[in-house]
Amino acid sequence: MNVENYLMYGVMPIICLALFFIMMRFFKGPQIVDRVVALDLLITIGVGFIALFSLITDNPVFLDVAMILALIAFLSTVAFSYYISKIKKK
Amino acid sequence: MNEILIMILCTLGALFILIASFGIYKMPDFYTRLSVTIKAATLGIGCILIAASMHFSDFSVTTKAFAIILFLILTSPVAGFLIGRVAYRTGTRLWKFSIMDELKKDQVERSEKERLKKKALKKAKTEDSENQ
Repeated sequence: MNVENYLMYGVMPIICLALFFIMMRFFKGPQIVDRVVALDLLITIGVGFIALFSLITDNPVFLDVAMILALIAFLSTVAFSYYISKIKKK
Repeated sequence: MNEILIMILCTLGALFILIASFGIYKMPDFYTRLSVTIKAATLGIGCILIAASMHFSDFSVTTKAFAIILFLILTSPVAGFLIGRVAYRTGTRLWKFSIMDELKKDQVERSEKERLKKKALKKAKTEDSENQ
């Protein structure tokens, strides 16, 4: 069995299933904080998705994108928490 | 040998991610959801990135992968702490079966202290005005 084939048909579906569950939570989430956590996890799993994709296509350039995405996930969570604390204070 | 190791690490990482997603879907309240996601996602992404660094076995790629891992391990607890704090401050309810709420006790004590402080300040002010 080839590594690329195994990653494409064995590991990628598991991650897609995980993304599906998180999207369900993202649409369902009763409060805004639930949605923020779901979004943070979505972006973090996007990093893993990109790493797997760079493994499959044998191209390490994609890891740069993963790095930037990891940065943006942290920034967006901090910004959202600041925003929520501001609007709920009024 | 190397390929088998890569397969095992990727499968492990994907399973951790699946556990995290299932946790965020099924857990009953916000705080338990938060606690599940941070741990499992960090571990899963770490496994997959270590597999990537093993596959390429190039110095620049390995450095990049480990930088991402270090960054995730540093920042995701901070982000989780921040969003949990904001959620508590804005009045997100705990699960009805949770048995402990230490922050509530802390906040009550702090508000009591502030009240006493305000009282003392007011008293000092009135005494000042009387003396004048």
